[in-house]
Amino acid sequence: MSRPAPRKPEYHKINKDLFVLTYGALVAQLCKDYEKDEDVNAYLDKMGYGIGTRLVEDFLARSCVGRCHSYSEITDIIAQVAFKMYLGITPSVTCNNSSRNEFSLILDKNPLVEFVEELPAGRSSLCYCNLLCGIIRGALEMVHLAADVTFLQDRLKGDSVTEIGITFLKKLDEKKYRRKK
Amino acid sequence: MVDAVLFELLHTEMVAELWAPDSDLDPGPGGQRTSLQVLEGVGFRVGQALGERLPREMLAFREELDVLKFLCKDLWGAVFQKQMDSLRTNHQGTYILQDSSFPLLVHVGSGLQYLEEAPKFLAFTCGLLRGTLSTLGIKSLVSASVAALPACKFQVVIERS
Repeated sequence: MSRPAPRKPEYHKINKDLFVLTYGALVAQLCKDYEKDEDVNAYLDKMGYGIGTRLVEDFLARSCVGRCHSYSEITDIIAQVAFKMYLGITPSVTCNNSSRNEFSLILDKNPLVEFVEELPAGRSSLCYCNLLCGIIRGALEMVHLAADVTFLQDRLKGDSVTEIGITFLKKLDEKKYRRKK
Repeated sequence: MVDAVLFELLHTEMVAELWAPDSDLDPGPGGQRTSLQVLEGVGFRVGQALGERLPREMLAFREELDVLKFLCKDLWGAVFQKQMDSLRTNHQGTYILQDSSFPLLVHVGSGLQYLEEAPKFLAFTCGLLRGTLSTLGIKSLVSASVAALPACKFQVVIERS
């Protein structure tokens, strides 16, 4: 897939804003259509899932990543390659448990909320960026990895950072681990 | 920088989801409304927001035709990485904008297959055009038609007060 040709600076800005603005308008529309935050969150997650299942093809075609041998490697690739490629940011990665199947992505910057100062009134449980969780979940499922992906912390809700938790649901085959040693 | 493919996939998902709302979820006061109107409305808001972000120099249009040319060249270029293929007008406030290969239709199919589905993929963009025009002080009605994918025509009718 060829890269787009260099554009006038104004084009670049308009293009960068297009996705973020469309996403914002979508969230606003969903807030009109659904009273409960949980319903909007579920809808965003579902849409993200649909996007993720298709995005992964684009990602694999453009990124030339090799085979991964651990959940840790996969999470690093999500943070350092995928997030960089699609959103222009690189979240940091931490591993949250000794079985090495629970990870966190800490987002220092988040383009999706560039035009959002705070959650709309009466929407304190809204996971504004829940699309991202669905995207990660959908993409992973297409490469045969089941995972729970949720927001653990959210700056828009007053937390100090925005943190996405990824829990891989199937334990890696123990034999593979032993071989690597 | 947000990659362009994200917008395309989001648009596809919006068409799929807003067209067939999940009946498990309780609709709120927003309620029942045709999905085309919803998509058009979302596009309108985005068009307005994009219009507000344009640099001031870009907005010094001498006449209405210049605005339409701007939509065909600059807005289309920024949003779809290509220019509109042709612009026609009756010089009485009606403009026909033709795109022989509209990017949001290209992945849907070609020829006469999926002709019925085509309007869903055009509603957002009609709203986008109407919204940008609105920010530029122009009230309009925008509709689209497809004879054979992925070519389409957008009709802009300027509302004179």
